[in-house]
Amino acid sequence: MEFIVITLIKTAIIAFVLLTVLAYLQWVERKVIAHVQVRMGPSRVGPHGLLQPLADVIKLITKEGVMPPHVNAFFYLLAPFLAVFMALISISVIPFGTQVTIGRWTTQMQLTDVNVGLLVILAISSMGVYGIALAGWSSNNKYALLGGLRSSAQMISYELPMSLAIASPLLIAGSLSLREIVNSQAGYNFGILPKWAVFAGPFPQIFSFIIFMIAAFAETNRIPFDLPEAENELVAGFHVEYSSMTFAAFFMAEYANMVTVCSIATLLFLGGWHPLWPVEYGSNFAAPMILAISGAICVYHGLNPARPFDRYTLPAFGVVFFGLAGLMLFPPLVPVLMPLFWFLAKCGFLLFVFVWIRATLPRFRYDQLMSFAWKGLFPAALLNLLITGFLVALTS
Amino acid sequence: MDLFFFLVFAAIALISAINVVLQKHPIASALSLIGVMGAIAVLYLLLGAEFIAMAQIIVYAGAVMVLFIFVIMLLNAGAEERRGRSWTSQLLGVPALLAFIGLIGLFVQQGFANAGYVKFGNFSGGSAESVGLALFTDYLLPFEVTSVLILIAILGAIVLARKEMN
Repeated sequence: MEFIVITLIKTAIIAFVLLTVLAYLQWVERKVIAHVQVRMGPSRVGPHGLLQPLADVIKLITKEGVMPPHVNAFFYLLAPFLAVFMALISISVIPFGTQVTIGRWTTQMQLTDVNVGLLVILAISSMGVYGIALAGWSSNNKYALLGGLRSSAQMISYELPMSLAIASPLLIAGSLSLREIVNSQAGYNFGILPKWAVFAGPFPQIFSFIIFMIAAFAETNRIPFDLPEAENELVAGFHVEYSSMTFAAFFMAEYANMVTVCSIATLLFLGGWHPLWPVEYGSNFAAPMILAISGAICVYHGLNPARPFDRYTLPAFGVVFFGLAGLMLFPPLVPVLMPLFWFLAKCGFLLFVFVWIRATLPRFRYDQLMSFAWKGLFPAALLNLLITGFLVALTS
Repeated sequence: MDLFFFLVFAAIALISAINVVLQKHPIASALSLIGVMGAIAVLYLLLGAEFIAMAQIIVYAGAVMVLFIFVIMLLNAGAEERRGRSWTSQLLGVPALLAFIGLIGLFVQQGFANAGYVKFGNFSGGSAESVGLALFTDYLLPFEVTSVLILIAILGAIVLARKEMN
């Protein structure tokens, strides 16, 4: 009974946080792209556009959902449900940090620790293509069908290098449980260089990391591999006939997939919640320092405001940042918050890279996409796996 | 609890399997087949073979069925039309089915007369480690022969798909 209650509470917390993050990820994306392109980005709804995601959600819920008469109704409605279900469910096996102890209850910061966690993620991500393929087919529209076809071909092709890139750090970690994979990356070489898979011996997994990230862009249908929804060829690709909440479901699925992929990259290659440098050299003070500096910057700009309302909003953010910094220094909370901070920092950096690349790179052509997967990425991943396996066999 | 899950997912597998045959549209049949694969994977999981369960989903539901759906979508196959059945199938259909079920029953009774009941979660050889060990020690030859077979299939596919070089 206790187990069920604790699991329900954890599920509620994770679901709430994840859905909020998904909504704000879109705000971050619009802001970052705007600043890359020397624009302001959303700035009307709330201070600095911070209430924009809320407004978007209300807009999407209250819009009329149009179902064209020529669609296959059952599959048309099943597709967005499948897409969002497969995207959200994989978060359940991802660990965010070490244990939490509240009173006499101790629980892992993870919904469920399965000993084949990584395979569960692979299985769910390989099922994710059905939502897109079905949406394309059931819309009964040639643009949508082309988008769905492209998506399934692209996902099958890029799943191979992705799985091979995942396999090589597994050889070093020697486990399929995500928690054990992270624990195997604890410690430091020469007392300073972390033993993350990207730095670890016998063969640093930096190449698998790069291959994994490239394949991840294709698996999540992001620029430069967003061929299934290429606007200038296919209008909107597989979701061209969707509106209102069904459209929002696809949108949410894309962002949820991004979060999952970034978490996996963090856990497999970047050492999960292990800090970048040892605690003896003060890695526990990095988070409060960053937050305090952010707070100081906010207060400074609030005192010299560029816009009239900055006089009130920026000092308020500054106080929030200072408060968070103080929380991070509070000794009983440090063992809980520090792993969480390092995990979120790495994951957030990878998400930023996703947005950054969207603002930087143009889209591939379809034949380039395919030949890149089969002639470039796949042999590279195979070679990387062979070298890793050989060196692991020699040294073990 | 295990028995409850077994009954639920066995029922899902059976209903989906019947649905594969009954559905007129190829896409609906293919999706029912995915349901069968998923339900069987859960049954493996109940028995304690978690690696095989995940491999079942990754390989069958994830890869093979995506290709099926891809081809059906590419050919844009419509719903099949109901044709009149031939007199042989009308006459022999039900007796042949009964005979087949009887044969299976006989086979089970002859071959596994002393078999006990299945105990859920009692099987311990289902982890990735033990499957890998079994593949590379006891079943090395079949494993390698299968890989050669797959290689031949890949070469055959390339030969068939390659355009004539002039």
